[in-house]
Amino acid sequence: MSTQSGHPEGEDFVGATVEQPTPAAAVVPGRRRTGRRLVSWGAPAATVLALLVLWHLATVIFDWPVWLVPTPFDVAQSLWDYRGLLPEQFWITFLETIAGFGLAVVIGIPVAVAIASSRLLERSIYPILLGLNAVPKIAIAPILILWMGFGYAPKIVVSFLLCAFPIVISTATGLKSTPAELVELSRSLCASRSSLFVRVRFPAAMPQIFVGLKVAISLAVIGAVIGEFVGSSGGLGWVIVNTNANLNTPLAFAAMVLLGVMSVGLFYALVLLEKLFVPWAEHMQDD
Amino acid sequence: MLAIEHADLAIAENEFVTLVGRSGCGKSTLLRLMAGLVPCTTGRITVGDRLVEGPSRDVGLMFQRPALMPWRTVIDNVLLPADFLGLDRRATRIEAERLLALVGLEGFEGRRPWELSGGMQQRVALCRSLVYRPRVLLMDEPFAALDALTREEMSLELQRIWIEHRITIVFVTHSIAEAVILSDRVVVITPRPGRISRVIDVPVPRPRSFSGGADIEAITHANDEVRQLLYAPREEIGSVA
Repeated sequence: MSTQSGHPEGEDFVGATVEQPTPAAAVVPGRRRTGRRLVSWGAPAATVLALLVLWHLATVIFDWPVWLVPTPFDVAQSLWDYRGLLPEQFWITFLETIAGFGLAVVIGIPVAVAIASSRLLERSIYPILLGLNAVPKIAIAPILILWMGFGYAPKIVVSFLLCAFPIVISTATGLKSTPAELVELSRSLCASRSSLFVRVRFPAAMPQIFVGLKVAISLAVIGAVIGEFVGSSGGLGWVIVNTNANLNTPLAFAAMVLLGVMSVGLFYALVLLEKLFVPWAEHMQDD
Repeated sequence: MLAIEHADLAIAENEFVTLVGRSGCGKSTLLRLMAGLVPCTTGRITVGDRLVEGPSRDVGLMFQRPALMPWRTVIDNVLLPADFLGLDRRATRIEAERLLALVGLEGFEGRRPWELSGGMQQRVALCRSLVYRPRVLLMDEPFAALDALTREEMSLELQRIWIEHRITIVFVTHSIAEAVILSDRVVVITPRPGRISRVIDVPVPRPRSFSGGADIEAITHANDEVRQLLYAPREEIGSVA
């Protein structure tokens, strides 16, 4: 009553009026959606473009010779000139990467399961794993080539060695961090150890497993290239090593661009797989 | 550490009993003992004439969080007990659909848990714990994470379901009003070590309401009695026991 006497338009005072949505306001959601799409594609494209411009400006300003730092145009030219060679080498490195990554998944996940299922196994496996991971892969590569020859095998193994570790660690972590209520609930329903694992622990670990896979995939590419550096007759790593001999730096850059494309492409392939098969990953917390 | 010292309690079949007490007084431990999730060091717990030595399909469990599995749809979450207990999935599905309809979730069978509100998720959890018809349902602060209005709604809904289904329920809560509305008997537990301080009867016919209705006096009386026991200094309770 007293507020009304002070303020003739009482409802305005308590702010209870609702404005009618204007036609302009109704347009906003659609505009906002296209805006968001523009940002999600436009922002990375603009960043890449800006970096290319900076790169080009730097080569012009400092007047670097092409064998030292080629311009983006030199690299593009090289990509075009070697359009017969590069796809073939791309394919070789790609296959080595996929094989090494696949091996890491096939071996790494069961190892993680073993680690997560028994304290004794965890204690006995972990130190070995840490030790293996500490060995520089570039040091093992020549030995692997000595053992396995110049074929695909040593590259696949180096790739495997480099990317298995994050897969094991993240899978084991995921398997061990099942929400406590889910475990208690399942136990109260007389779940056996194996069905608890299959129906609860493993699916609950999936988001975490994908974190490991995403870290691992770029390492798999690097592993394959390390293998090729040390001794090979094909692959993008082999291309880069050979350009050193004749100072064909634009070609080396072109090969690196392709390695980048491979790495980014594989990463987003995993993101897509996660969206398809683990659509609930982002909802794991609010169950 | 001694979690629970003295807890002699006989619960009749189809009775609704609530355990109230301050945080850390051993209510949840007592519930886990009854569920067979934690072994008794001394004393024993029986359901019917069976000694509780581990989890059993006679005893169901519900938590403060709905504990739904985001990789399962609503109906598949309700059917989880069928998968673990090896029940006939088709028969259980009919029961699951009936229960979902009973709590107003008809048409949500194919949805994912994260598409539902907190109250709806907890309703799904309730269906899941009823679908395999356990003899005893243990509920550990099932509505504590909900907002106050949803919480009252859920209490009344639980009362309705309990009247229809007649199942033995042991309910843990911090809310005195919730305890009194729902229970045949309210068990007041005091902490360190946890012990049953007193058991208070609530002789009020159902359905009851939070406003009390015709039985407002009996309900207020029970409320006061529980509150006094909970707020009383320890020594005084010791002399009462």
